[in-house]
Order: sequence, then structure tokens, then C-alpha cells
Amino acid sequence: MTRANSRALAEAFADGPAFVPYLVAGDPDCESSKAYVEALVRGGADVVELGLPFSEPIAEGPTIQSAIARALESGMTPERFFEFVADLDVDVPLVCMTYYNLVYQYGREETGEPGPEPFVRRAAEVGIEGFVVPDLPAEEAGPLRDACDEYGLDLVFVVAPTTRGERLERIMEQVSGYVYVQARLGTTGARSDVSRATDESLDRLREYDVPKAVGFGISTGDHAERIVAGGADGVIVGSALIDVVADGVENDDPTAEVAARLEEKARELKAGTRRGATASGARSERT
Amino acid sequence: MAPQDQDTGEFGEFGGRHVPELLEGPLDQLATAFENVAQTPAFRAEFLDVLEEYAGRPTPLYHAENLSAEYGADIYLKREDLLHGGAHKINNAVGQALLAKKAGRDRLIAETGAGQHGTATAMVGALFDLDTEIYMGEKDVERQKMNVFRMRLMGAKVNEVTRGNAGLADAVDAALEDLAENVENTHYLVGSVVGPDPFPRMVREFQSVIGDEAREQILDRTGELPDAAVACVGGGSNAIGLFHAFRDDDVAFYGGEGGGEGAESGRHAAPLTEGKSDVLHGMKTRVIDEDVDVHSVSAGLDYPGVGPEHAMFRAVGRCEYRGITDEEALEAFRTLSELEGIVPALESSHAIALAKQIADDHDTVVVNLSGRGDKDMEQAAELFDLGS
Repeated sequence: MTRANSRALAEAFADGPAFVPYLVAGDPDCESSKAYVEALVRGGADVVELGLPFSEPIAEGPTIQSAIARALESGMTPERFFEFVADLDVDVPLVCMTYYNLVYQYGREETGEPGPEPFVRRAAEVGIEGFVVPDLPAEEAGPLRDACDEYGLDLVFVVAPTTRGERLERIMEQVSGYVYVQARLGTTGARSDVSRATDESLDRLREYDVPKAVGFGISTGDHAERIVAGGADGVIVGSALIDVVADGVENDDPTAEVAARLEEKARELKAGTRRGATASGARSERT
Repeated sequence: MAPQDQDTGEFGEFGGRHVPELLEGPLDQLATAFENVAQTPAFRAEFLDVLEEYAGRPTPLYHAENLSAEYGADIYLKREDLLHGGAHKINNAVGQALLAKKAGRDRLIAETGAGQHGTATAMVGALFDLDTEIYMGEKDVERQKMNVFRMRLMGAKVNEVTRGNAGLADAVDAALEDLAENVENTHYLVGSVVGPDPFPRMVREFQSVIGDEAREQILDRTGELPDAAVACVGGGSNAIGLFHAFRDDDVAFYGGEGGGEGAESGRHAAPLTEGKSDVLHGMKTRVIDEDVDVHSVSAGLDYPGVGPEHAMFRAVGRCEYRGITDEEALEAFRTLSELEGIVPALESSHAIALAKQIADDHDTVVVNLSGRGDKDMEQAAELFDLGS
């Protein structure tokens, strides 16, 4: 059975494939970061994943690790993250991507013991629609799943090329909103090609009725097109966008210029997903 | 006995497996291989055979009479420093390499701090004909040059890690990234009782040969169990290796952490005495505070976290942990060298220093002399002005 608590997330995937950009909130500072998120939405983002930085990013490659380091240096904390989100002027659903320890420890002082409920409650207050928690296995997700259900949020899980059999079933029982299909082995990072592992993963997931968004390594409109044509319901792009932010930091470019480049890159990626949808639609009509 | 779940690798509220989904499946397979293969009598026999013929087990339990007289208790040293490679690390390396080979992996990777685990991994890589790559922080490459040369000589590739603090924790990060990329043919030979399940319980199994021997040896020698067992704790594998055989006995446990420049200095590696609960490198455990600079005079203890079983031992009071300062460790390094003609590793010197502290409270103490100090001679020559 497919679960979707958030109507906004369900709708984002309902009208054709979704373009889902990822940025680290507060990279390189809150004000610029806010402008960047808004630029991505102008460029066609259907959902935005916002990274809440954590100092032990075990699944991330160098690009995102550097972004996380910049955001932490600028003073990003869970509380500031929530204020950041509350301040954003965008009309697409926002998904918070972070590590379980932050979710688990938040509000410990208030309640006296750790648990995910205070974090989820606060996230719901500021308008977050869902979570991706890459280091939380499905079998330990019960408390967070319950809190998400209580506050009407979704819980997205990652399915990797190594996820098969019972593991896959357990994840698909817990997932809601969309499933994050990891396109290839390794950590996050922009790549020059798209892996065949993606097609195999999408094949394994075909029977499950939940949107499949593919991420890891997608950096161009052509990649996005190929992924969607291959059956994905969305593409997630992180490192390729963060490269733009990092270049801006390196060259000390004005925020507005970097934002314009991000908007342009978003248009390219969104156009790629649209082309892919046409190809995929044409193919399914033939069959 | 403290609560513990053998199947999930949870140690009280600590341990578990906090990794990206990508690694879950491969770690499940490793856990299954560990449960189904590594605990069979045939595997066990092969493992012990390699340890005996190749690594030099059993190691002696040496009654250090001069040190005993100096400290005022009967001190027995478990001489892991006499093993091939110069430290207890080989026990675990042999076990995991054998298992990796049986699981069809043809490549080993490992992190190393002092270079002892990297050396042990390079040794078994050569022995079992497995491609071997070692990740080592730039800072440690500097202070442990001889071990780097040894690893390379045995055919391992040594990758210098420059990110972050350029220390052991950063080397673990780099190794985990490599694993994520190459998980289909690579075994990450974790060097201590740390990381996601099944590593803490698997490394314990392979290292518990230390305590199994020590228990038999002390009973043979004195007819009684010791009053206390003492070891240094970085990740904590030599300590768990010694303690495990005595865990249900009336034997006091003491663990000496890298106290660095002292608890108040903000420069130490003592998460048990000074840290908090956190998630690190795939496990829930005790970790030093963010504002503390991870530091120990000994590269092998220079780690911000610790094995989850130690975090549990601390929580339930089964073991007493103390931060041993650089200064105290160096004094013990010198004392053992002068009184017994045994140069201990700087890591193991923390255990000797701790034995001194608790000698008044116990009559018979077994100390795990986990490694020899040859690798530390350059550092010692500088610190003690031994000439040039």
C-alpha cells in the first residue's frame, strides 16, 4: 500500500515527472541560500530537498561535504534551519534531508529524553512536508514513522543498487511521499554518465505504486531526460547545483549572479525531465 | 551480565548500524557470514592455526617483577607486543581477511592511526593475496613514517588523507567512501571494535583470543583469577579482547583513554570520561564534544569515538575508564623501558600508567601490553632527548 500524508508532495508528482533539486540550507550563508532556493523554484523545481547539515555526513561525497562544512561554519543549527524554512517564500513542497542523530536529539532538553517527535512537530509548524534520513534503516524507523503520521508528513527512504529482497520489502512498507532511488554505488557527487544500475533499480521497483525519484550523479538535462525516459517519476539533483554555489563562493560572485546561474541550470534540468516524459509517454503508447 | 543482543549488535543503548542504505545489504551479508562461517569449528581451527604459525600465538603472560615492586601489586603483562607486526592488531586482521576471502572478496581496505592496523592489514593482504589499500591521516603519516614504509614494502597502497583534522577519524571517512564505491568486491577490514554492526562483535570475537589465553595462563600460574584487568582504549579492541573472557568473573576492569593534555585542556581523546552520546561512523556511542580538539600523544588513541561495548560498560559501571594524560603515559613508557627492558607502544603505555594508579587497590593485575614501542622511537628520541 502506498502512503502519502502530504497532499502537496503527492501533487508534485501527479502532473508528470518532478524535478527535485537539493541544496544545503545555509550554504554559504542563510541570506544567499534563501535566494538560491527561490531561484531553483523559479527555474522549475517541483519539490526542494533542503539539507540540514550534520557533522558526520557518512553518505556524502566531497561536494556536499564541503557545502555542509560551509553551512556549519555560517552557524547553521536545527533551530536556525527551521527559521530559514519559515522565512522561505516558495510555493513548492519542501523536504528536509538530514541525519537521524539531529532528529533524535532535538528537543531532548524540553522533553528530558531523546526521540523524533519534537523535531517532526517543529518541522510541521514551519511547513516541511517530508524527510529523508539516509542513515536510518527501515527497521528502526518506527518512532519517526509514527511522528510523521501524527503530523501529516512523509518519510522518504533511499533504495540503493544493493537493496534487494526482504530489505526492499521492509523499506517499501515504510516509505511514503516518494522513494529516493540511488542511481549507482558510491557517495553523492556529479558524474559524467548515468549508471545502468539505475535501470535495474527501477525495474525492481516497478511493481510498487509510489513515485520513484532517481538521484546520485545526475548533472545535466540529458541525464535527466534519460532517467525519466527510463521510467523514473522524478530526478533529484544535488552536487551539480552545489558546484554552482561552490564556484560562486570561490570567485566571490554576487548572490544575484549565482542565483541566476542556478535558475538557468534548473531550467535545463526541468526541460530534460519534460523531454524524458515525452519519450516515456510515446513509448508507453506504443506498448 | 549487561544486556546485549547478539543478533543486532546492540550494546544497551549503544551500537547498532547507522549507515546509508547502500551499505545495509552488504553489512547484512557480512553479519551472516560471520554468524554462519566464522563461528564454525573448521574456521576457528584455521584461524587459530594461522595465529599460531604465522603470528606467534600464544603470547606469554609475563610476571613483571621489577614493575610489580615499583608499583606495589603483582603485575602480569600480556605480551601482545611480541606478535608478528608488533601489536594485537594481527589477531583481528587474520580473522577478517580469512572471512573476506571465504566471502569471495578480492580487495581489502583499512583505516589506520598509528599504522599498526594498517601494517597488520598489509601483512594479511600479502599473505592471502588480496589487493590492499590503506587510508591514513596526513598527521599520522608524518609521525609514523616507518609503518608507512612497511605497508608499502608489503605491497599495500597507502593513501594519505588530508581532509578535516587529517587524523584517524578522517581516515575512517575516506575508507567508508571507498567502501561505498567498491562494495561489490571490497571488504573494509575495520581495525577496532567500532563501526556499524557486525564489526564491534566480530572484532571482539577475533580479539578475545587475548583474554582466553590470559585467563588460562593466570589460572595456571597463580591458581586464581586476577583482581583486575587493565588495557588502553582508543577504539577499544585490545581492551575488549582482554576483558571478554573475564566479563562474568569478579575481575575489575580498567580502561585508559587518551587523556591528552588533560580533561580541562580541550585537547584529548577521552569520550568515555569526557564525552557524550552521539552517532559516529555508523554506530551510536560516546563521542568527545564538538569543541574538543581530538588529540593524544599516541596516534592509535587519537580517535573521537570509542567502541559501543565500552560505552555500555561505562553506562552500567562494568568498567572504570580514566583519561591518562600524555605526560603520565610518557612516564610509564620510560618506566617500563628502564625497569623491564621492554619498550611499550605509546598506546599501551596508557595501560601501564593506569596500572600504577590502581595498584594500591588490587593485589594481582593483568595488563594488556598491546603493542611494542619501536614505531614510537623517533617521537621518544625527540621527547626524551636521547641524542641524534
